[in-house]
Amino acid sequence: MGIRFVLLVNKQGQTRLAQYYAEHLTLDERRALEGEIVRKCLARTEQQCSFVEHRNYKIVYRRYASLFFLVGVDNDENELAILEFIHLFVETMDRHFGNVCELDIMFHLEKAHFMLEEMVMNGCIVETSKSNILTPIQLMDKAS
Amino acid sequence: MAATFASSSSPSLIDTLFQRSLDDVIRALRSSSSAALEAAAIARALDEIRREIRSPDLDTKVVALQKLTYLASLHHFDMSWAAFHALELLPSTSLPHPRAAYLAASLSFHPSSTDLLPLATHQLRKHLAPSPSNSPALAAPALHLLALASSPNLARHLAPDLLPILSSQSSSNLLRPKAVATALRALAVCPDAAPILFKPLVECLSLSSDPRAVSAAIGAFCELALAAPDPSPYLPLAPEFYRLLVDSRNNWVTIKVLKIFSRLASLEPRVAARIVDPVCELLRCSPAKSLVFECIRTVFSSLLDHDAAVRLAVDKIKEFLASDDDPNLRYLGLQALNMLGPAHSWAVEDSREVVIQALNDTDTNIRREALRLIMVNLCDSNVVDICNMLIKYAIKSDPEFANEIIDSVLATCGRNVYELIVDFDWYVSLLGEMVRNPHFAKGDETERQLVDIGLRVRDARPELIHVARNLLIDPALLGNPFLCRVLSAAAWVSGEYVEFSRNPLELVEALLQPRTNLLPPFVRAVYVQAVFKILAYSFISFIEQIQAGESLAIGNSLNQRGKQEGSDLLAAKSSSDQNNAFEIGHGVATADNAILFDSIEKQEIFKHESISCLLNLIETVVGPLSECDEVEVQERARNVLGLVLIIRGTQFWNIEEEHELTRDNKITKIVELMEAAFSEELGPVSTNAQKRVSVPEGLILNENLSDLLDILGDDGISPCASVSFSFRNHHPTETNKDSASAIEPNSLLSEHRKRHGLYYLPMDNDKSESNDYPCASEPLLPVSHGEDTEDIVKLPAQSLIPEKEKPTRTRPVVIRLDEGDGVLSANLATARESKHDLLSGAIRDVLLRNEKKPSSMHETSPPDRTSQRRENDACENSELISQQKESNSFGDREHGNSSSRKSRPHHKERIESSEQNEEKSHRHSGKSSRHHRRHKHRQREDAPLDIVPQAPVIQDFLL
Repeated sequence: MGIRFVLLVNKQGQTRLAQYYAEHLTLDERRALEGEIVRKCLARTEQQCSFVEHRNYKIVYRRYASLFFLVGVDNDENELAILEFIHLFVETMDRHFGNVCELDIMFHLEKAHFMLEEMVMNGCIVETSKSNILTPIQLMDKAS
Repeated sequence: MAATFASSSSPSLIDTLFQRSLDDVIRALRSSSSAALEAAAIARALDEIRREIRSPDLDTKVVALQKLTYLASLHHFDMSWAAFHALELLPSTSLPHPRAAYLAASLSFHPSSTDLLPLATHQLRKHLAPSPSNSPALAAPALHLLALASSPNLARHLAPDLLPILSSQSSSNLLRPKAVATALRALAVCPDAAPILFKPLVECLSLSSDPRAVSAAIGAFCELALAAPDPSPYLPLAPEFYRLLVDSRNNWVTIKVLKIFSRLASLEPRVAARIVDPVCELLRCSPAKSLVFECIRTVFSSLLDHDAAVRLAVDKIKEFLASDDDPNLRYLGLQALNMLGPAHSWAVEDSREVVIQALNDTDTNIRREALRLIMVNLCDSNVVDICNMLIKYAIKSDPEFANEIIDSVLATCGRNVYELIVDFDWYVSLLGEMVRNPHFAKGDETERQLVDIGLRVRDARPELIHVARNLLIDPALLGNPFLCRVLSAAAWVSGEYVEFSRNPLELVEALLQPRTNLLPPFVRAVYVQAVFKILAYSFISFIEQIQAGESLAIGNSLNQRGKQEGSDLLAAKSSSDQNNAFEIGHGVATADNAILFDSIEKQEIFKHESISCLLNLIETVVGPLSECDEVEVQERARNVLGLVLIIRGTQFWNIEEEHELTRDNKITKIVELMEAAFSEELGPVSTNAQKRVSVPEGLILNENLSDLLDILGDDGISPCASVSFSFRNHHPTETNKDSASAIEPNSLLSEHRKRHGLYYLPMDNDKSESNDYPCASEPLLPVSHGEDTEDIVKLPAQSLIPEKEKPTRTRPVVIRLDEGDGVLSANLATARESKHDLLSGAIRDVLLRNEKKPSSMHETSPPDRTSQRRENDACENSELISQQKESNSFGDREHGNSSSRKSRPHHKERIESSEQNEEKSHRHSGKSSRHHRRHKHRQREDAPLDIVPQAPVIQDFLL
């Protein structure tokens, strides 16, 4: 399945975006999972590596300002490639919002979701060109 | 008034006009300072949403849905109740409406929980249909929803609708990569779709395709190949993958291709030989670390036979490990080295310094990887150094990591009945040392190993009792709740192997020190029991000593405890020390210590005074315990006191002349009884021991078992753990009744035998049994040591580790019973049945018979399995007939692992179509020959010689 979930969490541990791909989790399971992950990852420092083993998969995370981008992946996934993917996601949002911050994502959650939809489908990365990712969103912006 | 009335039934215009937007709700949430305020704000918002979402006005509805989506996704609120409202918005012609509906659906729908999903089928189909009026802005989310939430039925119905998007060649088609990912999902939930979807997926790989489609397709194939239990159906695609590996400039693609190849290389050695060069090239030249890392992984997982590649990869790893500023690379470097395994420990040896350094890293994950790496590469030559180093290191490290170190040392050294350990004295003292780590919290495993080594390794017992003594004697350890299990093991060891102790009296004192009241009752019970054993031993030895002194010339005949040498020594010593015996001060309670320690120094074993002190001490300390409200402790305490009373009751304490003692019948009797009680040695019992008892003729085990159920119902005989203790011969005497907890079930059993004799084997079988299976406790007398080892070897062939001849030291005998490892792994192997068998079967069919129409759309849901099976039985006859043909056309491919894992439904499918196989496979080879026309003649040459079963199927693409 490649990517199992993408989470955006702020420094306080509040979820700012959550997209699950692989298995179906109930609300309680999600809450528990997010809690565990946040506890595990947010305590780590800059000098520590960006990979955490969790249950039977890995979490690759990266911190940008006050936001943590956490991606749950299968064990055979390439960690460094996922880090690049996170960076691409951030750059794409940056290009769209211009110096993206937590508030942009809060108030435009659906756009963040659309971008992610363009990039990842069924846990596979399907699009890596920033302009291609943003074209449909710009079209929609124009239409409305 | 009107407004409130309206709001209760249907949303009014007011609601619409004054509806709060999503932004308003977010602001309200942000401004609520406390959790309670936030909960109130959410509750209010949810109330509004419930009202608004029923509005006939779509704009109102969509805003409500957006708010709900936000709350559900980030604050974990249930929105399954709104599924219908989301579906309502799908057909809207205004673009934002269906987009919002799709977002809501993709975040909340799932086939297992959303029963309204079939209602979406029509609308999804409409949005997927390629028409100029249809915006791709809707097809994309439709694909996304399908990828996230398709049920088998939905996937089956909509698979044909994916085809136009999948096969469109226009490079401007942004949807094709998405359709590929969705098709992957459809294949996963509904393998029947493979005949329709697989061919277009393969075409996406072709040269002419849009690079993005190629990238998505390779991702999809990577998922398929990695998830399939048997990836052989993907082998025919290897030429395409190889082309991508060489040509692609996209790192994402190359990484995925490498993943596929590392899976395929295990099936086909030629694949490995072929990809070595490109992989090495990438390793050398690629600037992208992610790609380099993937190359390393590929080399370590599937190109281990190619030394140059391995060297190159190890060099790259060293670069990774040396990158001080990037913890990610260091972590991955260690992780990759872990893949290499003990066979390539030279690679770890090369980076030894860095790895050891990594134990000190600020990152726990890196430390853990380093630890794992060190443990994987332990062997019997370095285990001593490394474990010593680690245990020393654990003292300095933080509590969590210290315990991880201890845990992994215990696990690695204990693996496979201590196969790594040659010097058990060292290991036992290491156990003693690690217990003293201030963070130690692995009491259970340490307890198990201490007892286990005692049972299995005879030669380790002297050191074991030394370690146990050091643990027991330290009052500081008693207060630590993590250590009580270890102390319990130490107490057991001290009682069971007391004959190796230099000073049993000191042990008793340690076992009865005041702080033992800090121990939990179950440990206390073990302590008291150990005191019992030591007291019995001491008393016997004392008597023996006297007798030996009397009959020194004749030699001692009383030594039945199998310690010939020891007691010779003892006898000699005691005779020489006899005269000093009374010189030491009298046994006042306060002087106990002085006497006890004095006796260590002088190496005098037992004297009248010391026994007397012992009895005093026991009475003082154990006395109050006889009133203890814990039954285990109370019972054992009373037993000990009983023994003390008996000993005191003999005339022995009243007469001055020791030599009179042996003539006292009572004493002889006591000695005999106690010897009988403790002379049996405990041994490990295999969990499989019962299985080795051959069933006597005429006994039908399964008969009348239902009668037994009632009988067994009332007296529950506790099931044994993996290792249990039992005495072979037990005497129903006073001193014995408490000698081990195992006796309790024994007596229960004998009672049971009395009551239901007819279900038991005749009693006299007991003796002949020993020929059939190992006795619960092996009587390993030193005299007959050699024979005993033979006995064990006779049982299961692999029951003893072959003794390794070391130049310096030979490994002591470790009793090892086979624990049925094989059974376990066999179970695991058979447990691997999954949908993927179906899928890879279907894909195999597609790849081999590209033109074949989707023959049968089998249901895959469980209820239909039975009907399939019925069909299966029906066609069993035809199966027999087609067997011959099958072996011609498919035989070569069905060898080996692939056939064993195949599930039945697929098997049937294959047989049904087997008549067409010959023809089809010819056609296929004709089709694919465009890749390899050049090499055809070569393939023909190789085919008969090739050892690889799959060879004829994998068109000779690589040569």
